[in-house]
Amino acid sequence: MSYLKVRNLHKRFGDFVALGDVSLDVAEGEFVCFLGPSGCGKTTLLRAIAGLDPQTSGTIHQKGKDVSALPPSARDFGIVFQSYALFPNLTVTDNVGYGLVSRKQAKGAIVKRVNELLTLVGLPDSGAKYPAQLSGGQQQRVALARALATSPGLLLLDEPLSALDARVRLRLRHEIKALQRTLGVTTIMVTHDQEEALTMADRIVVMNHGAIDQVGTPQEIYRNPTTAFVADFVGSMNFLTGKLTAPDRIEIGGRSFACPPQDGLANGTAVRLCIRPEDVRVRDLPADVANRVTVEVGELDFVGAFCRASLKAPSIALSADFSSNLMRDLGVVQGGKLDIALPPDRLRVFAA
Amino acid sequence: MSIALPAMKVRLSPDDLVMRVGIVLFAAVLLLIVGLPLWALLAKGFQDQDGKFVGLANYAAYFSTPALLHSAINSFHVAAVTTLIVVPISFMYAYALTRAVLPMRWLFQGIALIPIFAPSLLPGLALIYLFGTQGFFKALLGGGQIYGFDGIVIAQVFYCFPHATLIMVTALATADARLYEAADVLGASKLRVFFTVTLPGAKYGVISAALVVFTLVMTDFGVAKVIGGNFNVLATDVYKQVIGQQNFSMGAVVGMVLLLPAALAFGVDRLVQRKQVALLTARAVPLVPRPKFARDALFTVFCTVVSLGILIILGMAIWGSLIKYWPYNLSLTWDNYMFEKFDANGWESYFNSLRMAVGAAIFGTALMFVGAWLNEKTKGFTYWRALVQLLAFLPMAVPGLVLGLGYIFFFNAPNNPLNFLYATMGILVINTVAHFYTVGHLTATTALKQIDPEFESVSASLKVPIWRTFARVTAPICLPSILDIAIYLFVNAMTTVSSVIFLYAPDTKLASVAAVNIEEAGTTAAAAALCVVIVITSAAVKALHLIADRYLLSRLQGWRRR
Repeated sequence: MSYLKVRNLHKRFGDFVALGDVSLDVAEGEFVCFLGPSGCGKTTLLRAIAGLDPQTSGTIHQKGKDVSALPPSARDFGIVFQSYALFPNLTVTDNVGYGLVSRKQAKGAIVKRVNELLTLVGLPDSGAKYPAQLSGGQQQRVALARALATSPGLLLLDEPLSALDARVRLRLRHEIKALQRTLGVTTIMVTHDQEEALTMADRIVVMNHGAIDQVGTPQEIYRNPTTAFVADFVGSMNFLTGKLTAPDRIEIGGRSFACPPQDGLANGTAVRLCIRPEDVRVRDLPADVANRVTVEVGELDFVGAFCRASLKAPSIALSADFSSNLMRDLGVVQGGKLDIALPPDRLRVFAA
Repeated sequence: MSIALPAMKVRLSPDDLVMRVGIVLFAAVLLLIVGLPLWALLAKGFQDQDGKFVGLANYAAYFSTPALLHSAINSFHVAAVTTLIVVPISFMYAYALTRAVLPMRWLFQGIALIPIFAPSLLPGLALIYLFGTQGFFKALLGGGQIYGFDGIVIAQVFYCFPHATLIMVTALATADARLYEAADVLGASKLRVFFTVTLPGAKYGVISAALVVFTLVMTDFGVAKVIGGNFNVLATDVYKQVIGQQNFSMGAVVGMVLLLPAALAFGVDRLVQRKQVALLTARAVPLVPRPKFARDALFTVFCTVVSLGILIILGMAIWGSLIKYWPYNLSLTWDNYMFEKFDANGWESYFNSLRMAVGAAIFGTALMFVGAWLNEKTKGFTYWRALVQLLAFLPMAVPGLVLGLGYIFFFNAPNNPLNFLYATMGILVINTVAHFYTVGHLTATTALKQIDPEFESVSASLKVPIWRTFARVTAPICLPSILDIAIYLFVNAMTTVSSVIFLYAPDTKLASVAAVNIEEAGTTAAAAALCVVIVITSAAVKALHLIADRYLLSRLQGWRRR
């Protein structure tokens, strides 16, 4: 049985549909990411789950209990905002203990719990400081400790890392994930950063235009995107436009390519053929390799560990990632010719 | 998709209930202290002396009395001329303060504020000493006299100068240095930069200042009362109709006529303000002026001249208050400060003013801040919040005299259960809070908008009641703004004449009102003395506030330090 059950959620602001019929299940202890571009409804969905901006219609069950109409204070969750929303006039200790004090616990118990939490987030000695005296990453951890203080059943993170610089963000990704695994608290994180979602989430919910496009593990989302939007939004993707000539053949610019069989699409359908830059094959091509194309090498963008190469053939333009090794071995240079193959099992096809 | 889905009915949390009850109570209070008195005034204009409905008869009478109509033209004339003088001077002064490097900038800044701490009577009294029938420089007028149009305009320029300057300083201080650098790099001439960058940036400030000055002059009562002579304006007409002739209906009509330009100016100002959003982005780089000899010297001279003008007027009032018998015996004396010789209440009226100002500061600040908080933080409840917002903005558009008149009609009505308040200190406090409500409400709202809106969401998730977060977090963070509101109320309560002149009882007479009465009785020196006491008190309180702001707050609020 799922811990959080969202059914047919709608949210409208006047004529604008922010959420259109969203349903979702989250298992206990799971780390789920809502991923999507800005305005896709991911934050709206999170705030509806928290009760901060109630849905127009639809139901939300948490741990078997209908919380659809409950105000936030009657629901069971802890939340961390992008701004952290730390109380600037209270010390770190008072911030973390803010929710404990009103539960009328004994003073000693509160102090003990606050210290425990500060140790947990790696700030055991910062209790007496004020938020303004901490770095962004430290403030983030205090916000996390405050949200966890009351041991909520559900932890909601609204773009918690987007205000931090790149290096701190990388470190905190791992820390938050490790902390979540240790505590086993069911967690939902909203992010527009696909890398963040791929590295942290047990499951990713990709959203677009107020609807869920795909739900799956990071591997599923990356390897088998079910819509062109997901394919485009997560990772880099080449799109080639063509026409389906047989269930497993696509014609692009007079050239025929093999692809995985498409059962749902009729012959003659205009389609988009997708392949990731790292899946373009160049080394050790057998003589009878499928989907061989001779291309001209265009610009080479040096990205550090590899190069992203623009490749051109008549009515085909795509980019491919070549390691430095491969570039040296095959002598890839701008303006040179190159034989590549598009492995059929790496191709995805979507109706255009 | 047009399926009619039943809207979700969300259960209200205890917080929501508390807030909504608070809003309703708050709206009721505003209705009592602002809405209903104005309604009573409006109604009175359509009644005869005995309270019978007479339709537009009073208005017809008003517009067929040439003397009354003439006052309206006079008011407009004075206001327009004063605006035309004050706006350029205050713009230059503000420009000097923000865009030039002045020696002792703080001093020039402080001197510009002085008129705020004085009742509007004061410049009038000073002018009488300088140019009156027995004035020092009467000869300069060459047979003309200061009583009338010229005197009013000069005194109004003094009185309105700081209000306009403050607005201009705000408009000019928020400049983006990057725009100037860009203009510089593109090779624009100084003049072109002024007309394409500086002026457009300050445009709304200039318009706003002009409207404020116009309204201040239109509705001010003290200056015209003291130095107007036979030159009648709307404000003195209201006073004469009500106090002199006890013609309340006609007073109400003149009040409504007075309300019109003030409300109009307010409306225009709101429209202009609305356009001013996002002139300054968060990434703007503040402009810090660099020394430039010629410009700085020129502006220093200009500011010195203006400051001297202010100091002369203030100094004249102080000197006059210390002189035995102007202009025959110029030896100094404290006699004029023995107020019991000139007014039955003596110093008691000063203590009344203090009590009233402290009361207004305490109750007014509490009401304004809590009210603004309720209105900002309540979820939903749109119509009630809009009503509150409207009532909170209304006082800005209502001249003090008009509001005071409304209070007579509303609170003095025999069938009003609140009429026990009439002629008490309470009604003076309430009236003052209502009169100055808008600025306090705006200050509080602005401060609250600057706080992270998610504080309440966090509190709700932690199951902490919203009022506890108000007491532990919101209010402490806003403490500087709360102090600002309290000081603003205190100073205005000390200096105001217009709204309370109809409302005092013999034992609750205020210092500013006593000054009007003493002046009316012909003792200029004692009236000046009383004005000086008021200036010293409000300026001292403001100085204390600045000191507290700088030293006390930084100690109490260590969390602001990084």
